[in-house]
Amino acid sequence: MNPQAIGKPLTRIDGRAKVTGAARYAAEFNQPNQAYAVIVSSTIGLGRITGIDPAAEHLPGVLAIISHLNAPRLPYNPHKGGIDPSYGERLHVLQDDQVRFYGQPVALVVADTLVRAERAAAALRITYDAQHPIVGPRDKQAKPIAPEADGRLEADNVRGDPEAALASAAVAVDITSDIARQNHHPMEPHATIAAWDGDRLTLWSKSQFVANEQEEIAAVFGMAPENVQVICPFVGGAFGTSLRTWPHVTLAALAARQVGRPVKLALTRRQMSFTTGHRPRTLQRMALGATRDGRLTSIIHEGTGETSRYEQFIESLTSGTDFMYSCPNVRTRYRLVPLDTGTPTYMRGPGEASGMYALETALDELAYKLGIDPIELRRRNEPRIDESTNRPFSSRSLMACYDIGAERFGWAKRTPEPQSMRDGRLLIGMGTATATYPAMQFPASARARLLADGTAEIESAASDMGPGTYTSMTQVAADTLGIPVGRVRFSLGNSDFPPAPPHGGSQTMAAVGSAIRAACLAVQDLLVERAAANPRSPAHNMGKEALEWVDGHLRRKGGAASGQSYAEIVGAAGGVPVEATVSVARDPEIDNKYSMHAFGAVFVEVSVDPDVGIARVRRALGAYGAGRIVNPRLARSQCLGGMIGGIGMALMEHTSLDARDGRPVNAHMAEYLLPVNLDIPDLDVLFVDEVDPHVNPLGVKGLGEVSLVGMAPAIANAVFHATGRRIHELPIRIEHLLGV
Amino acid sequence: MAKHHVTTTVNGDPVEYLCESEQTLLDCLRDELDLVGAKEGCSSGDCGACSVLLDGRLVCSCLVLGVEAEGRSVETIEGMAQGDELHPLQRKFLEHAALQCGICTPGILVAAKALLAKNPDPTETQVRYWLAGNLCRCTGYDKIVRAVMDAAAEMRGA
Repeated sequence: MNPQAIGKPLTRIDGRAKVTGAARYAAEFNQPNQAYAVIVSSTIGLGRITGIDPAAEHLPGVLAIISHLNAPRLPYNPHKGGIDPSYGERLHVLQDDQVRFYGQPVALVVADTLVRAERAAAALRITYDAQHPIVGPRDKQAKPIAPEADGRLEADNVRGDPEAALASAAVAVDITSDIARQNHHPMEPHATIAAWDGDRLTLWSKSQFVANEQEEIAAVFGMAPENVQVICPFVGGAFGTSLRTWPHVTLAALAARQVGRPVKLALTRRQMSFTTGHRPRTLQRMALGATRDGRLTSIIHEGTGETSRYEQFIESLTSGTDFMYSCPNVRTRYRLVPLDTGTPTYMRGPGEASGMYALETALDELAYKLGIDPIELRRRNEPRIDESTNRPFSSRSLMACYDIGAERFGWAKRTPEPQSMRDGRLLIGMGTATATYPAMQFPASARARLLADGTAEIESAASDMGPGTYTSMTQVAADTLGIPVGRVRFSLGNSDFPPAPPHGGSQTMAAVGSAIRAACLAVQDLLVERAAANPRSPAHNMGKEALEWVDGHLRRKGGAASGQSYAEIVGAAGGVPVEATVSVARDPEIDNKYSMHAFGAVFVEVSVDPDVGIARVRRALGAYGAGRIVNPRLARSQCLGGMIGGIGMALMEHTSLDARDGRPVNAHMAEYLLPVNLDIPDLDVLFVDEVDPHVNPLGVKGLGEVSLVGMAPAIANAVFHATGRRIHELPIRIEHLLGV
Repeated sequence: MAKHHVTTTVNGDPVEYLCESEQTLLDCLRDELDLVGAKEGCSSGDCGACSVLLDGRLVCSCLVLGVEAEGRSVETIEGMAQGDELHPLQRKFLEHAALQCGICTPGILVAAKALLAKNPDPTETQVRYWLAGNLCRCTGYDKIVRAVMDAAAEMRGA
């Protein structure tokens, strides 16, 4: 492959459609004769429905009011989609009178217009027998459990004797942290338009995983998957909330079947706070022991995350701790607290974002106790291999990230003592932290089709929630085929295409990119066969090994002729398009041989106003070692977005539940605080030139998650440097900083 | 209940639609006129994704009723490019990678256009304040501010 497009900062291929308003998202595929459905959400946090007053049925335009009283019993055949929790069972919607959490869908109003559906939903009277829900992990009645082992994550890991090592350590820190529940709150609310044609169902539905949505809805309704098609060409941000198929998709399909018309169902912003997953609140303890010269002798990490009563949502909260630094004695323990709330789900940087907060703030605390620069402390504990598995890293550029980041950021100008830097009356602090996220690759498939005009069509049921899948995949296909990007058309977001894994976990580039590359190579092989079978072709009767592809032309290996173009080969065979569909999975041997992760070093400067306690990020820099960067312009953008997500996590984002009934008290954009233009300063992104020959054929590691991880601890460390106050709670709020 | 007949101007073209009393201008644009560029992000005027110009004034179309457009002039993202030729703001957004998922983008572009119509030479702080009502969850605001500043400079011929 001769890279012409890969590595180039192309502008996004889907950009024109997005800046002109032409791009169509799920809610924008209005169908003829479409009706509208509105979910009625429970107003109690636990209990049962005792009655539903049918009077609203007679309001103008109402086509149906569907509840457990009249909903058909749906088959809900077993289905686990990889992104579903291994233990427990999804919410079966409108199938019984039980209310398991505040906001659970308890009825669905369908009307001929949205206004009329909303009016009837507001008028619907539901009575309940309410019980007191337990919604906080610190509630005395909340009981932690050990998650069922599911093969993906061990709840307990130990090496050496960390307790003894901690007790005898020359220097030790032992801190706790409490990180708030967060909601993804992408700017596009969830929406589904469902239309039945006999036994066939079409869903235009916001999804990061159309292949799973197809299979899940087929299982829920007891249908053959080929009778369900899910279409989603654009995703308006998601960050994990559209990985799973939530109850509203089932409800849209159910409503459309009940009323015999296409139905549109969009969630309100408020409903986005309780039925579509959240980053679980976590409680953590991190204890570190070290020698006087800063060698770690003990790490103990105990973390607990929320889950629901009906599913065990697990995330890699303690996974980074096992391998991040060199230490002979390490124990990690992961527990869950089942609560009367909806099930959490993956949110950008799941697990690591919270777990690395505990590790990196504790390490900062240790650096102060030792009087060692925080970067130097990490350098002294840089491991040669992954000590949790005794495997080498496929590549690890952490210290290179610190080196280039520190230089660009001006870390040397930092004076180490807390409260030692000021700008007028503002306290200034600089903090740093490590970021990491595993470089995964789930099985993926793709189709490449060469047409008689020499252009290529590439298809995969992948998604693009914004990072630039359309663009980067086109770059991969163009370079593999040796043609300009303008001759490649890449389509995604359709379950009729070859299946792709969830668009999450920072592995779309690795998984779908590898599949597209393989599909392009496979179609080239088919074209070689075509050419070899053609008596008029210069390649007639020649084998693959005697030929080569150069710039989109097939020629004798090492030959001087320009060779035959795709158009010539396809055209000579009657112009019938030639296509290949290929599935690619990572060689399991690679997983057994290497520990594969992206790494980064994050630097932050904050100011804290000592009079009003407001902490602001003044500038930040992320330096990442994430393998090959396919498109530097879009990669930088993706990292900036992740860093801003980290600013939100550190200083703003918090879904606050009313302990009395589990109601989110800030279920709207006015009070679920997100960074806005005024909060975001000059941010910088650097990439280490990292070559990883092992991780996948493209050498890519993914950026979406690692760019969020590390930001929150870097901010908390900077706040400590500015104020001398170690805040153990996220988000860091004014009340934490008053009186500094 | 009878629907209201509304006669208005959208992106310079005379249009008519029928709407219910409570139907928002946003829903009229999206569902009655199939102009889906304005997005619904919150329905409470907090996110700015539904920004349009009403008689030249920047509004959240989720907070305006469809009937209020009667006899007035509405400008949406669909009217921003001239045929195939993108508005300088649209071009600069592409160059600066000032968009990702694209949901907040139309609202930000419309808001930025309104700013530059009032103030062709805004300071960075003015741009940040003006766009403080437009939430973006994926892109990172700094590139958006740079793109607006860059477009403003180009439009001034600077």
